[in-house]
Amino acid sequence: MDWHSIFSQALQQGLGPVAAVYCLAAIGLNVHFGSTGLLNFGQAGFMAVAGYAMTSFVATWGLSFWLGSLVGLVAAALLALLLGVPTLRLRADYLAIVTIAAAEIIRQTIGSVTLLKYFGGQDGLQAFNSSFANLNPFTGRIGIPGVVSWRPYDFWTLVVCWLLCALCCLVVWLLMRSPWGRVLKGIREDEDAVRSLGKNVYAYKMQSLLIGGLIGGLAGIMTALQHSAINPSFFATDTTFFAYTVLLLGGAARVLGPVAGTIIFWFLISFLDLFFGAATSGADPLIPASIMTSNQASLMRFVVMGLSLMLLMIYRPQGIFGDRRELAIDAR
Amino acid sequence: MPAEINTELENATGVDVSAARAALREVAHEPGSKKPDPIVVADNVRRTFGGLTAVDVQHVEIQRGVITALIGPNGAGKTTFFNLITGFDRPDDGDWSFNGQSLRGVAAYRVARMGMVRTFQLTKVLAKLTVLENMRVGATGQHGERLLRAMFAPFWRHQETSNTEKADALLERFLLIKKREDFAGSLSGGQRKLLEMARALMADPELVMLDEPMAGVNPALKQSLLGHVKSLRDEGRTVLFVEHDMDMVRDISDWVIVMAQGKVIAEGPPDSVMGDQRVIDAYLGSHHDQDLSVEMEEQILAAAEAEIAEEHGEEPVQTASTSSEGEQRG
Ligand SMILES: Nc1ncnc2c1ncn2[C@@H]1O[C@H](COP(=O)(O)OP(=O)(O)OP(=O)(O)O)[C@@H](O)[C@H]1O
Ligand SMILES: [Mg+2]
Repeated sequence: MDWHSIFSQALQQGLGPVAAVYCLAAIGLNVHFGSTGLLNFGQAGFMAVAGYAMTSFVATWGLSFWLGSLVGLVAAALLALLLGVPTLRLRADYLAIVTIAAAEIIRQTIGSVTLLKYFGGQDGLQAFNSSFANLNPFTGRIGIPGVVSWRPYDFWTLVVCWLLCALCCLVVWLLMRSPWGRVLKGIREDEDAVRSLGKNVYAYKMQSLLIGGLIGGLAGIMTALQHSAINPSFFATDTTFFAYTVLLLGGAARVLGPVAGTIIFWFLISFLDLFFGAATSGADPLIPASIMTSNQASLMRFVVMGLSLMLLMIYRPQGIFGDRRELAIDAR
Repeated sequence: MPAEINTELENATGVDVSAARAALREVAHEPGSKKPDPIVVADNVRRTFGGLTAVDVQHVEIQRGVITALIGPNGAGKTTFFNLITGFDRPDDGDWSFNGQSLRGVAAYRVARMGMVRTFQLTKVLAKLTVLENMRVGATGQHGERLLRAMFAPFWRHQETSNTEKADALLERFLLIKKREDFAGSLSGGQRKLLEMARALMADPELVMLDEPMAGVNPALKQSLLGHVKSLRDEGRTVLFVEHDMDMVRDISDWVIVMAQGKVIAEGPPDSVMGDQRVIDAYLGSHHDQDLSVEMEEQILAAAEAEIAEEHGEEPVQTASTSSEGEQRG
């Protein structure tokens, strides 16, 4: 078994553009769920709206990539308003139901045959990222020599994506240490208490939904750029749940939780994939075919991942960066 | 230290407390009596839950600058009345005002901003925030609570410092200063009551509404809390509180309003109210949270039966709605 290659490839995933995109999505969710207690189960919807707005602007209407990206973010903001206006006055679970349904509606609508000529149906759209690709300053394989490397375009998206993550983390950190962030945390704990102190809870929740949705929109645009393509399957419900996994792994309500979470999640999941792949292939596999075939091996990563998540929730439910003291309070 | 706060705030609110108390002497001892300088006026406020009329207040006025107690047996509608006038619940009908301004349909957070801050019977502390952070949330008009300015600390750092000083002074007063950095969720039940009261005061309210502030507070601390509530009045704030502890009510309140079955049944200074037959009936008719002897229970039972019999006798002259209620009960 080639351990070096397995580690190298797992690291390539752990630090790669996909991990960075999920980091962005999870930072958005962290504003919603970690700081405000809003259960947004439709982050994929925010991503889809922004991603498709950008790609269709370029690929369908031939307009500028930058204008498309801007419109994408505006569309994500509008979605936040649309979902927030009817639900934020209600109990928290209503938002969860509405967002998960909205994300599916968006995905089905975008992929429908009726809108084929705008959004390309189930095949999606391609050839929209030339302005972005032309800015790529990198050539040749790039990375840490002998440890990990990426193709130039992957490295370019990775750099941009991590820079966006850094920017978002900075903004979130600045906001959460402020009195504004304190009000959000208060709302998460008990919104009636905060209301009794003269704060407009509804407006704060709306602002939180907007900011998290915008960050989700960025993640959607980067998803499209990183694949150089877009199609509805990128924005299925599991996208949102992977982002939640990333968030809980790192520790909700911690600014850097999503960063740690995404690196560990993607490193582990590709490491397990590669390991079980290698262990079941070849003439004399490490794991004999009577126990596991190479077809079954590709599913093992989800089994192990699920198991480790369960163990994490039992033994370290606050996540990797979480504060144990905070958790002790829940027990009361 | 408290003396400093007092003089400062007395000037700020400009309420002549002794005059306000003296004025109450002229007020009639009957439900819905007019007060010389009311801060809150409620008219025909009614709230039903299905078939149950929880609150049905014809007219009530709360005098400015004094301590008013709202008492009544369990389920009398005191908490519901609090919820209604602070905007946490919507009545079926009625109108009520604060400082002459109608509060009908005004959102709870606006009511609080106008200077009418309440606490909750079931305490609501922000568990995963520290005690100090809980206090800071209470401060009003913070620049740092606006999204665009929040990111830039220079806009709000100064204000934060002065709010922290104010919070520390209040925590000192409410004996919570040692808990300053602890999570509010780690406080005991009584400490939570104290924190909630202190937090409400961060907003410098004109009218403080306390729902059972003494429940679960130990007797020694109760005495010092009584002192705090009195000092609120001396600062020129108006206090309206719900309480079951009659000794406390007698001790600190200038005026008592008694509710039973959603209605205001009696009003007056503590001594006159506690001798009032209607009040005794109301309390006897319900299972008040006192330890009752066997004889007392029998007496209550007899009184209750007599009451039911009386109601049945009156039925023909009552209106349709109350008679249907009577039928259900009988
Ligand atoms: N949300 C609700 N739904 C249905 N009934 C309610 C609701 N809230 C209150 N009630 C009913 O209204 C009546 C008045 O309740 P309320 O809580 O105002 O009493 P209270 O005077 O505060 O009593 P206590 O002294 O025990 O706190 C009770 O009979 C209660 O059962
Ligand atoms: Mg009550």
